[in-house]
Amino acid sequence: MRKQLMKGNEAIVKSAILSGCRAFYGYPITPASEITEAAAFYMPKTGGVFLQAESEVAAINMLYGASSAGVRCMTASSGPGISLMQEGISYMAGAELPCVIADITRGGPGLGNIASEQSDYHQVVKGGGHGNYHTIVLAPHSVQEMADLTALAFELADKYRNPVVLLADGFIGQMMEPVEFPKRAVAPRLPHWAVAGTADSRGNLISSIHLGCDELEAHVCNLEAKYRRVERNEPRAEDWYANGAEIVLVGYGIVGRILKAVTAEARASGLNVGLLRPITLYPFPSLHFQRLAARGRVFVVVEMSNGQMVDDVRLALNGVRPVEFLGRAGGNVPTHHEVLALVKKLAKKYCPALEPEELAHV
Amino acid sequence: MDKLKPDRGLLKIDENECKGCGLCVEACPPKVIRIGDSLNHCGYRAAIYIGAGCTGCGICFMACPEPGAITVFRLVDRRATAVPVPHAQVEGAVSCASN
Amino acid sequence: MSSAMDLEYTAAQSKPKAFYESFERKEELRHQTHYCPGCGHGIVHKMLARAIDELGIQDRTILISPVGCSVFAYYYFDVGNVQAAHGRAPAVGTGIQRSRPGSIVIGYQGDGDLSAIGSAEILHAANRGENITVIFVNNAIYSMTGGQMAPTTLLGQKSTTTPDGRTAEHEGHPLHMSELLATLSAPVYIERVGLGDNKQIAQAARAVKRAVENQVRGLGFSLVEVLSPCPTIWKMPPVEAQHWVRDVMEKTFPLGVFVDRTKESRPRAATNAAPALEEIPRILGTRDEDADAIDDVPALRAQEVDLHVRVSGFGGQGVLLLGEVLAEAGMDAGLEVSWLPSYGPEIRSGTSNCHVRLASSPIDSPLVTHPNVLVAMNEPSLKKFSAGVRPGGWILYNGATLPAEYERQDIRILARDFTREADTIGDPRAANMVMLGALLEIAGTLPQASIDAALRHCVKQPKWIDLDERALVLGRSLCKQFLERGAA
Repeated sequence: MRKQLMKGNEAIVKSAILSGCRAFYGYPITPASEITEAAAFYMPKTGGVFLQAESEVAAINMLYGASSAGVRCMTASSGPGISLMQEGISYMAGAELPCVIADITRGGPGLGNIASEQSDYHQVVKGGGHGNYHTIVLAPHSVQEMADLTALAFELADKYRNPVVLLADGFIGQMMEPVEFPKRAVAPRLPHWAVAGTADSRGNLISSIHLGCDELEAHVCNLEAKYRRVERNEPRAEDWYANGAEIVLVGYGIVGRILKAVTAEARASGLNVGLLRPITLYPFPSLHFQRLAARGRVFVVVEMSNGQMVDDVRLALNGVRPVEFLGRAGGNVPTHHEVLALVKKLAKKYCPALEPEELAHV
Repeated sequence: MDKLKPDRGLLKIDENECKGCGLCVEACPPKVIRIGDSLNHCGYRAAIYIGAGCTGCGICFMACPEPGAITVFRLVDRRATAVPVPHAQVEGAVSCASN
Repeated sequence: MSSAMDLEYTAAQSKPKAFYESFERKEELRHQTHYCPGCGHGIVHKMLARAIDELGIQDRTILISPVGCSVFAYYYFDVGNVQAAHGRAPAVGTGIQRSRPGSIVIGYQGDGDLSAIGSAEILHAANRGENITVIFVNNAIYSMTGGQMAPTTLLGQKSTTTPDGRTAEHEGHPLHMSELLATLSAPVYIERVGLGDNKQIAQAARAVKRAVENQVRGLGFSLVEVLSPCPTIWKMPPVEAQHWVRDVMEKTFPLGVFVDRTKESRPRAATNAAPALEEIPRILGTRDEDADAIDDVPALRAQEVDLHVRVSGFGGQGVLLLGEVLAEAGMDAGLEVSWLPSYGPEIRSGTSNCHVRLASSPIDSPLVTHPNVLVAMNEPSLKKFSAGVRPGGWILYNGATLPAEYERQDIRILARDFTREADTIGDPRAANMVMLGALLEIAGTLPQASIDAALRHCVKQPKWIDLDERALVLGRSLCKQFLERGAA
């Protein structure tokens, strides 16, 4: 076995280029800057384009151009920059242009801080721009997943002609872990709809405007049908001892890692605890939740925010099981001791069948 | 104007493409375009060529905001090698010589 | 005199081929534009279409439609079409042109689009000298939205948002984009033209063609600002509006060439050819041979290694490197590893720390809140992290004696002036490696070969490798002495 120790942010760029990405437009921001720096280093060497844009607004519109021209392209930023990109993301979703956007999250609102929060969930998963659209959102929880989900992001972006966001927190971006890459690079391909400055593509049009009411409604319905396909085909989640668990922990990104540690310790102490880690945040893996509701007595959502994904968990469960929430903000990370204490408290409340001796040491 | 010489130019104005803005009337150096009296299908009074005196300068063409409302023709110089368009094939065209 | 049938006429000026024969995208107007009678857009469109015809670039042309009345330019131009967000055409054009350098990218923008909301994008595209052409149609008003003030609205000119007329005191002076952009070094050609009379129109047509031709020649950024009538919003008959361009607008916006570097400009060098696809993993360093062969050491796995290390100190003490060498060595030895740094401004001043985990089974959380080894390179680190050390764990402290308040009976503490120890072997900066040596002695699991390999991987300069190797040896021996004393 051969692996490389690498930061998540660097793994994204290498995986992107191996996936056929040949254009990167970005604007520096902590904690995503390593992605932009790595792109500046590798893109020109691999026949791609790198340009530091004058703003995130410009960067996303440069992607709009590159994607219009049929090039696999990406950018990276963090909360404040993603806010600025929302205009372009809406236009790209409207014009059905694929691209990959890495959001390495930090604290907000406003300038907030540069510590890790997961408070971009709403703006990314619910579509922070205007109009009827969704972005596909993938949430890696390890450096290996930074690489793997970047490759998947490019596939899904092209498959559905839609922007895909890689939503990772600062920890996953900054962390080094061993990672393995595919052996072969994917060859860039020119999609049939692109406007590439050639005779063959002359008749093509990239646009998000549909002036007639019926025309726009038809377009929105087509998009909606596409999103239904995405929701049918693409939900992904990791089931970590969750099948059959009475207490189902829920968390994505770095929280998923912490919850794995909690799961191990809780199970070692005899509690029937498991973890369901959403990997796709849109489409939200609602069915996974519904399946676990048969045995799960309570779902415990842990986020580094004041509670954003928890709404989707509640929607998925639709009241059939109670949903508890533990959130930390400002860059504070829920410790596994903190979560474990909550789990033990909830075990007493929701799992009365536990043996008294088990409860004694709970 | 020398009545013995044919016009150097010839104008075709597609009245259904014209919006009657009058810029061609203003632009035309020999003043051989005017706004007509009848309405076209859009409800505009379209510009019309008065039928004689076009020099083929093409200024009206560039002043006209519509892509194809005006076509300007020039009398073929027989010494030149350009492929000519016989007058009879110029649909709707009017030359002074035919008047 | 010849008869009519003898005369032959040839079309000298006719609808350019760069326009669609029939405008299928607009059901009720197959042969007309959607513009108002007398609108300048149609005239500029025609100039542009003719330039595309004359330069023979129809297949290569990509037109970027703006937001504004000309949002539907793509209805008319039989070229590749991309419709962009308000003001962003220069950024979109950059994205297209950089990836498709063989294309001819033409941005078509109005004054609200280019000089207000898109002022940043045009400025930077011009400053980078993007090889694109920008046609900037300035009618001194927001027309499509119904006549609000534009940055180019004249002083005194009424608009729906300057009902009493624009004043310099309240709204500022009209923005002169061509003059502004002409202060930049990169643009090749910037000219302001008008549609105010025949002469102006003829010059405008020449300028538009030149601006496109410059791009065909690969010279760089060209912009033509066209003063253009808007009879509807100006509330003037078309001819009067045309004359207003010449008689009034031109006084605020003088016509002329502001930049012309076409003679001295040279076509840009072609970008480097893309490498063969097979070469890419090598360039990225992701081939098998670039990766570390991970020795699966069964003995190590059997030991059930579960090391939680927190390394902390001031920025510049080599905190992160210490952790990285440890993680790299762990990976080389076949262990699961993770390395998580503190990041951001923190690493530029003040404290720096990292979490390192080495384990024989997959690592759940990479966060180390309760280390079994704390490497504290200064006292603030001790203060911050010592309480979290697990019972039975270790603190390696860079200080001759441990301050009394951090004394704990349930852990082992090696307090030593590691910086001075490093000094004895040649450089105090090797203190981190001396401490790593001590840590490795405590952990006792990693093969020396893995440590050597990790050091070579993380430390690039040979002179440092030699020093660091000696530092590791020193650290190990310091730790051994400590253990022996403890045993004795």
